[in-house]
Amino acid sequence: MITKRIIPCLDVKDGRVVKGVQFQGLGDVASPVELAQYYSDNGADELVFYDITASAEGRALFTDILTETARTVFIPLTVGGGINTTADFDRVLKCGADKVSVNSGAIRDPSLVGKAAKLYGDQCVVLSVDVKRVDGVFRIFAKGGRENTGMEAIEWIRRCVGEGAGEVVVNSMDTDGVRQGFDLELLEKVCEAVQVPVIASGGAGCMEDFLTLFRALPGVDAGLAASIFHFGEVKIQELKQLMRANGIPARI
Amino acid sequence: MVAIVDYGVGNLFSLQSSFGAIGQEAEVTADSEHILRADRVILPGVGAFADAAEKLRGSGLDQTVRAAAEAGKPLMGICLGMQLLFDRSLEYGEHPGLGILRGEIRPIAERIPQGLKIPQMGWNALIFQKPDCPLFRKIREGEYVYFVHSYSAVNCEESLAATTEYGAELTACVWQGSVFGCQFHPEKSGKTGLAILQAFCEVKSE
Repeated sequence: MITKRIIPCLDVKDGRVVKGVQFQGLGDVASPVELAQYYSDNGADELVFYDITASAEGRALFTDILTETARTVFIPLTVGGGINTTADFDRVLKCGADKVSVNSGAIRDPSLVGKAAKLYGDQCVVLSVDVKRVDGVFRIFAKGGRENTGMEAIEWIRRCVGEGAGEVVVNSMDTDGVRQGFDLELLEKVCEAVQVPVIASGGAGCMEDFLTLFRALPGVDAGLAASIFHFGEVKIQELKQLMRANGIPARI
Repeated sequence: MVAIVDYGVGNLFSLQSSFGAIGQEAEVTADSEHILRADRVILPGVGAFADAAEKLRGSGLDQTVRAAAEAGKPLMGICLGMQLLFDRSLEYGEHPGLGILRGEIRPIAERIPQGLKIPQMGWNALIFQKPDCPLFRKIREGEYVYFVHSYSAVNCEESLAATTEYGAELTACVWQGSVFGCQFHPEKSGKTGLAILQAFCEVKSE
């Protein structure tokens, strides 16, 4: 039986992991390569590298780091941040990314998802969305959540999946950082709307939040989080033991 | 030396790196002589069957891969590369494969219950059908490997070495003589995947 995936997300700026990682036994806690190895050795099913660099130098550094990671870590690697053109897809895929996640880039150029899917295959194109309730309606936000596009979220997701997005990362801005659990209401709507894998993001505060997620919504394929893993508050191996003990398939 | 056949599909960086990680030299090459001189051969592949089969034929490397198999050189197809080893595929029409293994490639949608997602994307467990398959020497049944596929091999009882359960038993691994195939990505399957590649590197020519 296919397992539910647990995915740590690493925000990388100028070649370093930001959001402070607090692990013992890591030589350099801000080294994306070391952290990726650590997670790979400790039960992560997949990794997301998110490039939040603004400068060209930082971007070059990022691709170096990606290359170095792909040379030593042998689990699927999704890369996002600053993906605006198919040339950006090409750049990170050549460095060893398996999937590429688009967010603002797809909003700016709605043909990007389709073009990339044709070139690299649907399985390679991940749509990432930042969603927030505005007057009771789920809206898509761009530019790292700073700008309300006014687009209705479910319609946008459906459209991009129709164009060829092979997976959707749904980040709820309403639950993100609150640590009170995933946004089940939003995720349920997304699962009803699309047939491709759905990755839940935003809101995990403890192991039980993952149980609640996978129990309530069998259509969700994976749970993504950053700080609770980085701070060691949730250990992936323990989380997976708990999932298994509760009848949720997990790779141990 | 391992030759990774480069016929213009997909990115071979991770695959090549994975051999590096187990201390094996691997060359990504489109040179027929290099491939035939290598100790073992990997046929990779992602994307659509027809496109890949055409590129393989267009480059003339289909003959090279066949020659390597006929010479008893250990050969392993990965993902679409495994599918290409079979007689034919029914992905968007009917397209001939290399015909090295008996069987055909059909949509998993024909076999799995509605409601399951396609492609199967993620980690699933191996169920051994031929526990003595040399690829399994360093792993145990039930270990997880990483799949991304919408099509799978059927009518391949002769070579079927392992399956995986995704609403139906889908072909995960095939083996016949010195020819192997993995539907999943060993280069993305963590320690288990590397152990499979290591075992492949220890297979002797026939």
